Amino acid sequence: MPAIEERERVFSVVGQRLPRVDGWAKVTGRAQYADDLTLPGVLFGKLARSTRAHAKLVAVRTERALQVPGVVAAITGADIPVRYGVFPVGQDETALAVGKVRYVGEPVAAVAAIDEATAEAAVRLVEVDYEPLPARMTLEDALAHPEPRIHDYGPSGNVHRLASLEFGDVERAFAQADHVREDLFFYDGSTHAPLEPHSALAWWDGGAKKLTIWTSHQAPHYLHRGLAKALGLDEHQVRVVVPAVGGGFGGKLDIFHHEVCAAKLSMLTGRPVKITLTREEVFYAHRGRHPELLRIRTGVRRDGRLTAMHVEAYLDGGAYCSFGPATLLYAGTQQPVTYRIPNYRFQAVRVFTNKPPCGPKRGHGTPQARCALEVHLDKLAGDLGLDPVDLRLRNLTGPHEVTVNWLEITSNGLRECIEKVVEASGWQKRRGRLPEGVGLGFACSAYLTGAGVSIYYSDMPHAAVQLRVDRGGGITVYTMATEIGQGSATAVATIVAEVLGVQPQEVNLVTSDTDLTPIDLGSYSSRVTLMVGNAAYQAAVRARDMLAEAAADRLGVPRERLVFRARRVYDERDPERGAHLAEVARWAEAKFGSVSTSGSYRPPDKLGTYKGSGVGFSPAYTFSACVAEVRCDRETGEVQVKRVWVAHDIGHPLNPVLVEGQVEGSVHMALGEALMEEQAFRKELHRGPSWLDYKVPSLYEMPEVTTFLVRTEEPRAPFSAKEVGQGPLLCIVPAVVNAVADALGVRVDEVPVTPEKVLKALEEQRRGRAGRVGPTKVPPFPFPAPERVPRPQSWEEAVRSA
Amino acid sequence: MGRAVRLKVNGQEYRILVPAHRTLLEVLREDLGLVGTKHGCELGECGVCTVLVDGGPVLSCLALAQELEGHEVTTIEGLARDGELHPLQRAFVESGALQCGYCTPAMVLVAKALLDEIPDASPDQIREAIAAVFCRCTGYTKIVQAVQAVARSLRSQPAGRA
Repeated sequence: MPAIEERERVFSVVGQRLPRVDGWAKVTGRAQYADDLTLPGVLFGKLARSTRAHAKLVAVRTERALQVPGVVAAITGADIPVRYGVFPVGQDETALAVGKVRYVGEPVAAVAAIDEATAEAAVRLVEVDYEPLPARMTLEDALAHPEPRIHDYGPSGNVHRLASLEFGDVERAFAQADHVREDLFFYDGSTHAPLEPHSALAWWDGGAKKLTIWTSHQAPHYLHRGLAKALGLDEHQVRVVVPAVGGGFGGKLDIFHHEVCAAKLSMLTGRPVKITLTREEVFYAHRGRHPELLRIRTGVRRDGRLTAMHVEAYLDGGAYCSFGPATLLYAGTQQPVTYRIPNYRFQAVRVFTNKPPCGPKRGHGTPQARCALEVHLDKLAGDLGLDPVDLRLRNLTGPHEVTVNWLEITSNGLRECIEKVVEASGWQKRRGRLPEGVGLGFACSAYLTGAGVSIYYSDMPHAAVQLRVDRGGGITVYTMATEIGQGSATAVATIVAEVLGVQPQEVNLVTSDTDLTPIDLGSYSSRVTLMVGNAAYQAAVRARDMLAEAAADRLGVPRERLVFRARRVYDERDPERGAHLAEVARWAEAKFGSVSTSGSYRPPDKLGTYKGSGVGFSPAYTFSACVAEVRCDRETGEVQVKRVWVAHDIGHPLNPVLVEGQVEGSVHMALGEALMEEQAFRKELHRGPSWLDYKVPSLYEMPEVTTFLVRTEEPRAPFSAKEVGQGPLLCIVPAVVNAVADALGVRVDEVPVTPEKVLKALEEQRRGRAGRVGPTKVPPFPFPAPERVPRPQSWEEAVRSA
Repeated sequence: MGRAVRLKVNGQEYRILVPAHRTLLEVLREDLGLVGTKHGCELGECGVCTVLVDGGPVLSCLALAQELEGHEVTTIEGLARDGELHPLQRAFVESGALQCGYCTPAMVLVAKALLDEIPDASPDQIREAIAAVFCRCTGYTKIVQAVQAVARSLRSQPAGRA
């Protein structure tokens, strides 16, 4: 943990607006991405994909494909039938379909050929006999038709996973509330669409019996485990290397078909095999946002204090598990992190459908419920005649408290975030006095700084870092932290550079290589800055201690007076008395043999003991608030977001430039989800697996963004640095939805808020109806009675004294 | 079969045998090893493969190499001179105008084409040029700021060329 005195000192690199460490390579075209790599004798692989959404696989024949000159190998599910998955409870995928197919685009065969064109010609000759089964393309349809089941596991029919929890006594609180309101909301699916298509180059070294795969991936460790299982190898026979990654957003976290197939084809042919997905295939790889239907019921007192909440979530999971068990629970975990809810019930169901699997997308499982909640609270404020901001302010959580669902909040800057955006946007003065068609909307959110529990149970660290100072004064850091553009390399280098008194650019980084670098679980759940950062800090402090001990001997200066800065080690009372870092490194090497250290990080234990309490638990939380200003056109239904004010409780930024970049990028991705992005289907087919048909915001849809970084002291984070990659996205979507309602006086209770829906809501209003578009019912589904979880002691006392 | 083509890339002349259907993108990445030029769709939709042909932006995934006989191609590898970054490259790094970096080569090149033609380009002209390339990370804000910073510095030095 950072020492107190460390915080009081002026930092030389932490908090400075320095260039990112991978900037030079990326701006000169020298950064190497997976598809830029090649090896002598490389073969090119292609996947043949299912043309049916749901069917028994009667036969897959590759004979004709193999006859194409230049084709070297072809495989089907029979060659590689082992089931795998990131989650221990979700081992339901195979690299190529076995027995049946579950979505259009699911791989059924793979070929390797001397060039890409030959491979492409050959996969077209793969022959598949299907015996069609009815396809379930919506969650309502999948629930209404339990047979035939899409999978042969799960509690019943097409139900994949269930959650049903209650903290306190919700029904009693509803009965005693002054007012109870219920709302429905639908949040459509969307996909990550990173600019770099997935790509993997695999090489089986038959001599060493070792597989190496260079792949565009966010979590080399989970891929390492999954590949070993899928290929029937020991884990020590697999090496995963991640080069530069052209964007992830959660879309490169699973174990992907092309990765397993490239590896298998290399093992069969003895030659390296590369498979790069086309843009169309990236839409089938998916693992994006779950389409989700939500029902929220909330009880309040007349003064606006929340007394009870019941959240029901219906998740359309697509064809496989992916990260679904976590997605399911994330729908319910973060509401009590922003607001005090004394009695809370959460029930959720994830359903299989015949579409590409949904999974973790930026904000993982929380944006849908967050959006539904923030829209619901706006309406609740209207019922009570309260300003929507005031309603939130009366219910905010504070620092250092435990939520009703047993999550431990440490630092909490939500109140200041709200104050910033409310003031800057002129909320009090302008709202209600804006011209026709212009509106302001507000929302809050919270997110984890790293999942506190790993995906598979272990008592080992979540992150470790090795560090070596060489006799030339070089500092090399070994970390599995995976740079996907979010800035993890810069974060790690900045922390080490601060401790050892050099510039971040001068720190050599060896990253994301399962042979060369110690564990990091991956770039997901906004965990890298805090977890790898703490490990790097510990390793760097240990190296500094060794250097300081050697320098103290030679310089005759007490250790505690030594300063490490600008590549020198010197006496703080007499800066002339010192030595160059390289010289000190040589002294330390002479004294200790080598200057090699390591550091590691394991999150604190979770407080909750109920089943599901591992999801949503984090060492620290970030908080965000947003005001969005929209201009809507009553004739066309078009919504333009003109300005966005976002405040984010970052703790302290390691590098404000990179932090602002994450906020601005979150605005882009949030506006896509709020206004236009849909992973939509026409019958059984993806409606448009291309950039032309799948609309994302262009530069012209980007509003002016004003970012406020709210500073709080976070004892669990290195230099107080909390996450920023995901949190800010969450409040932006509902702020836009609420702004549309403010502008037009109608409610679109589903995202994306497309012009068609806006026009329909306006038409409803003209006809004298409620002026609302959105879901009107939930599917008939009997949730099991909730597990009654005792509330934390602090809550029992608070409720008694209230 | 292929036809012999003379192609000038980053000032270097290459003589290569190119089949009629081979794109400039494929020639750059696979024949010349210039992998700084990226691909995002190979359908002309995302702009990530943009290079400069005779100074103007061209989608290399839609350009046939055979048709570029005698033309001058500039890729991202041709921008830094003698190890010195082009002012636009420097501005991108300093302004935080890149994250994953995958669109960056194309972004820098479309900005260069604009500022070569209109050194003191207006913010609207910059936005119009940049809009030709998709970015999924930055929200474009810092990219526009980086190009504006270079345009401003060129405006204050009338003789300068990007």
